[in-house]
Amino acid sequence: MSAPGRVWRNLPAKAKAKVGAVLFGLFLLAAVIGPQVMPYDPSYANPDPSLLMARPSAQHLLGTTQTGQDVLSQLLVGIRLTIELALLVGVIATAAAVLVGVTSAFLGGFWDEFLSLVSNVFLVIPALPLLILLLGYLPQRGQLPTIIVLSVLGWPWGARVVRAQTLMIRNRDFIAAARESGERGWRIIAFDIIPNEVSLIAASFVNTVLYAIGASVALAFVGLTDLNSWSLGTILYWAQGQQALQLGAWWWFVPPGVAVALIGTSLVLLNTGIDELGSPRLRATRGAARIAGRRVWPTDPTPVLAQLTASRGRLGGFLHSFSRGSLLDETTPAGGELR
Amino acid sequence: MPFILRRLAFYAVAAWVAITANFFIPRAMPGNPVQSIVAKYPTLTPDAIKALELMLGGGQQGSLWSQYVTYLGHVFTFNFGTDVAQFPTPVSSLLGQTIPWTLVLVGVSTVIAFLLGTGLGILAGWRHGGWLDRSLPGLMFLQAVPYFFLALVLVDVVGIELHWLPTGTGYDGRTTTPGWNLPFIGSALQHAVLPAFTIVITSIAGWMLQMRNVMITTIGEDYVVAAQAKGLPARRVIYTYAARNALLPQLQGFGLAIGFVVSGALVMEIVFAYPGIGLLLLNAVSSDDFPLMQAIFLVITFTVLLANLIVDMVIVFFDPRVRAREVHR
Repeated sequence: MSAPGRVWRNLPAKAKAKVGAVLFGLFLLAAVIGPQVMPYDPSYANPDPSLLMARPSAQHLLGTTQTGQDVLSQLLVGIRLTIELALLVGVIATAAAVLVGVTSAFLGGFWDEFLSLVSNVFLVIPALPLLILLLGYLPQRGQLPTIIVLSVLGWPWGARVVRAQTLMIRNRDFIAAARESGERGWRIIAFDIIPNEVSLIAASFVNTVLYAIGASVALAFVGLTDLNSWSLGTILYWAQGQQALQLGAWWWFVPPGVAVALIGTSLVLLNTGIDELGSPRLRATRGAARIAGRRVWPTDPTPVLAQLTASRGRLGGFLHSFSRGSLLDETTPAGGELR
Repeated sequence: MPFILRRLAFYAVAAWVAITANFFIPRAMPGNPVQSIVAKYPTLTPDAIKALELMLGGGQQGSLWSQYVTYLGHVFTFNFGTDVAQFPTPVSSLLGQTIPWTLVLVGVSTVIAFLLGTGLGILAGWRHGGWLDRSLPGLMFLQAVPYFFLALVLVDVVGIELHWLPTGTGYDGRTTTPGWNLPFIGSALQHAVLPAFTIVITSIAGWMLQMRNVMITTIGEDYVVAAQAKGLPARRVIYTYAARNALLPQLQGFGLAIGFVVSGALVMEIVFAYPGIGLLLLNAVSSDDFPLMQAIFLVITFTVLLANLIVDMVIVFFDPRVRAREVHR
């Protein structure tokens, strides 16, 4: 088997991460080629009266909006804009998080206290109302201000996690060795500390992208974005504003919402995969084993075979494990004198 | 310093940051908010414009420092000025009308989601690899659904197609009057079912996943194995030994997630036209009602900080180590 193939089989460890990666890859593909393959101009309002809020058909696979615009085309452009924004925010905010987290742990003392306080304060202040406040004051609302504002508020969680990890690594022997051999501070950070935090930074990046998608869609839904551009949030904004719901035009508001949910799910799955890669305990075990006709879970005490005579079904066994009887099963010696 | 005092100091700092950001944001942003308000609402009295300048900057109101001190005084007396879109209603009375709706709805459903999710997480972690555990990826899909989108679908299916439950507004204004009477409370409950269901469904998976992960780690601890070896009943090992300890990180996560849940609930209220603070915020945004936006931001922040403080007290109750540290110092 080829090397990349083996990596692919071993790396994601679980089907969850694979499904997540494939799903996200599909959306990434849609984002890249979407604007080239979309059948219509997403803003073109077809004047044909039979195409106003038309159900899905062969010409319009996802139907049309109230003004005769093609929903599929809007969706394809919208996925691109949303993912583009989320990835940019992810890169900027994660870079800031690593910078703050590593600096804070590496410097220690006053700067550590100060930077930790700042990130904790940002964590505890609810983000969305603050985002709304910031964007509300801007005279021009577009992609760039949204990216800046989301990045400014998106780094504290990652910084906290990175700081904790750096504190742990900082005291390891190999860092001490690097210091003794006269390495400079930035070199230790870049070549000794950060490579040991790659999986953590990756998880933090995925989380930030997830946050950026949720927040940008919510902000667009509230109307705090450039409403002339097509993102998943603005499609939902127009669908809500033009009564798609009351008129029963599900093909208009369901696809963008499902797209957001699927992108989100793929990222959560990816993150779970990364988590399980780092912590084998969290990986799904095979569940209960059947020993002498009775289901034994990994958390159960090692069974004494002589007592496993009474065989119980799935539900019966589960309920029984909570009952007083199970206590006697597990503590009484084979003879059962204690009863 | 005792744990609670330390936390109190931290929340004081956080509140101060929020208040100060609220003061400087309108001054730092490009454009003059007061002028755009005056242009939009020409009926404002000179007094009101003066008050706006004090709040949002611009105009001649003395040094920045003296403006800041006056502003702080106003915040501490809950004087948020008069609303510009519904002039001359005070902002604080608009807040007073809407806060109870959001507080009851979001508070109750968040607690339900937390308890339910934690309970299911305990079972999923204990029976690691069981059917509940394997259903988690499906639940993650629900978690990734934006609150407001699930709300859209529920309004369409349950409210419009099936007519099972009322949607829109917080109570039936034609047949009931607000107050402590049975028809009103019944109507309000009926209107709250769908929004509450939305919050519970979308946030439960997060609690469940986190609790399951901590639970799995806790079960591997020696004291849990020891408890099992002693022959304690499974129920006692699960709840008194494993779950009680696994609950501590869960509670800390709860504190941090409150802001997130509230944010989601705000946008969800818009879909249900629920008369809470989220709908008020939307109206404020769409009508450039800056004083109202600022007041809402502060009120939400204070509420989240207060909720965090309550969570900290619960942590003190559950974690004897926190109490012990206080005694020793």
